[in-house]
Amino acid sequence: MDQIMINALGDELYQAMLNREAISPLTERGFDISVDDAYHISLRLLERRLAAGEKIIGKKIGVTSKAVQNMLGVHQPDFGYLTDAMVFNSGEAVPISQRLMQPKAEGEIAFILKKDLIGPGVTNADVLAATECVMPCFEIVDSRIRDWKIKIQDTVADNASCGLFVLGDQAVSPRQVDLVTCGMVVEKNGHIISTGAGAAALGSPVNCVAWLANTLGHFGIALKAGEVILSGSLVPLEPVKAGDVMRVDIGGIGSASVRFT
Amino acid sequence: MNRTLTREQVLALAEHIENAELHAHDISKVTNDYPDMTFADAYDVQWEIRRRKEARGNKIVGLKMGLTSWAKMAQMGVETPIYGFLADYFSVPDGGVVDTSKLIHPKIEAEISFVTKAPLHGPGCHIGQVLAATDFVIPTVEVIDSRYENFKFDLISVVADNASSTRFITGGQMANVADLDLRTLGVVMEKNGEVVELGAGAAVLGHPASSVAMLANLLAERGEHIPAGSFIMTGGITAAVPVAPGDNITVRYQGLGSVSARFI
Repeated sequence: MDQIMINALGDELYQAMLNREAISPLTERGFDISVDDAYHISLRLLERRLAAGEKIIGKKIGVTSKAVQNMLGVHQPDFGYLTDAMVFNSGEAVPISQRLMQPKAEGEIAFILKKDLIGPGVTNADVLAATECVMPCFEIVDSRIRDWKIKIQDTVADNASCGLFVLGDQAVSPRQVDLVTCGMVVEKNGHIISTGAGAAALGSPVNCVAWLANTLGHFGIALKAGEVILSGSLVPLEPVKAGDVMRVDIGGIGSASVRFT
Repeated sequence: MNRTLTREQVLALAEHIENAELHAHDISKVTNDYPDMTFADAYDVQWEIRRRKEARGNKIVGLKMGLTSWAKMAQMGVETPIYGFLADYFSVPDGGVVDTSKLIHPKIEAEISFVTKAPLHGPGCHIGQVLAATDFVIPTVEVIDSRYENFKFDLISVVADNASSTRFITGGQMANVADLDLRTLGVVMEKNGEVVELGAGAAVLGHPASSVAMLANLLAERGEHIPAGSFIMTGGITAAVPVAPGDNITVRYQGLGSVSARFI
């Protein structure tokens, strides 16, 4: 795929996000599009956001559960970028009508780094040593692709379907919690809708961060000190609408909540 | 309580269902022949199976709760879980072997068990009383095995079948309830080295201790209670996973170590 095409598709996704108008799947337009092409489109989308004044504050890992990998027919995760325009604090209202199109909430563990991680060759020990703290988090995923009719290339091009994210108000050292067995309880409007545990994301959220550092290492991109890394959902995605309240509790880590308006 | 079975029918059904368990063969669900059976009838049958085992010299070593997820209850159209009993020979040591030739179509579930240090009486038993009466909690893997064809049953039938109880494997690491958040306590079930199920304690009625309170309240309907020193399995945190000869399983518990077993 040539750069003109890549730019055109990246621009189209950017406009879709700004206008809150979903577009047809890129993979149903009669041309071939590789996963590499899709990452280049996502970079164009990112450039547009940075040109508009947004700053990169971290990265997200997606497609980490077996269920989602099977749905998309892939056997590896994907990633996207987090900007300062995407972050909300626990308890804040998220205005769907201004920011999102077809949002779904995922409970995750966020890593806050204190050292750079530069792949390849990053091990789980390196990830733990570079982690300042882990925090409870909701990622609100949102697709700019109509009706979430995504193949892996569509979601990769669309910044891994990231919408925004909500960080909890507790942070703990990774030395104090077992990230594989820590349990997650998600409530929607007061009902427990799902439970899970750390191992749901590639066997451990630490594996996810190591995968990202090693994958980005091939492109000369580092995970930087101070960045927020969303490590992947531990529970099924839950569609949300205005009026919904979501809460997540993670054993040994803490909780986060979000209201949608 | 509303009953429809005669004493003779209760005795005959108890023998019929227990024989299916003892000889590891499946049967059609009992409500096919007794469509008007009530919960009270079904528990009469279960308690008669219990009496038969005790008369044969078996000891009753604990109680179990079943159908403890809100999702399963909604699916079956009920508002309370069910209970069953555990006999001495159900117990398998941690790291031990489960002989599937003695079972029909076994499945496993990850659970948290309570051991009590004071009696609990319903009605009105609540989570605070349960926590105060708890000596310790301990991780447990339950093996369930419905005696009914294809694991298909209704609620009345499964109560009569001792809530599908068959075996259990208890871990070696106990903890005080004050030291754990049982609601967010995570479990990871691995079969043959692969993660197959995950969950957290809240999957059991919002909190595993609620399950013990409900057991005390259910027992009170028959004038029974939970004595001090009881071992109680609170219900599956994960979905039930089928197991076959050659499988090995490990369940890891946040802060409570792990439980493993092999199936032959």
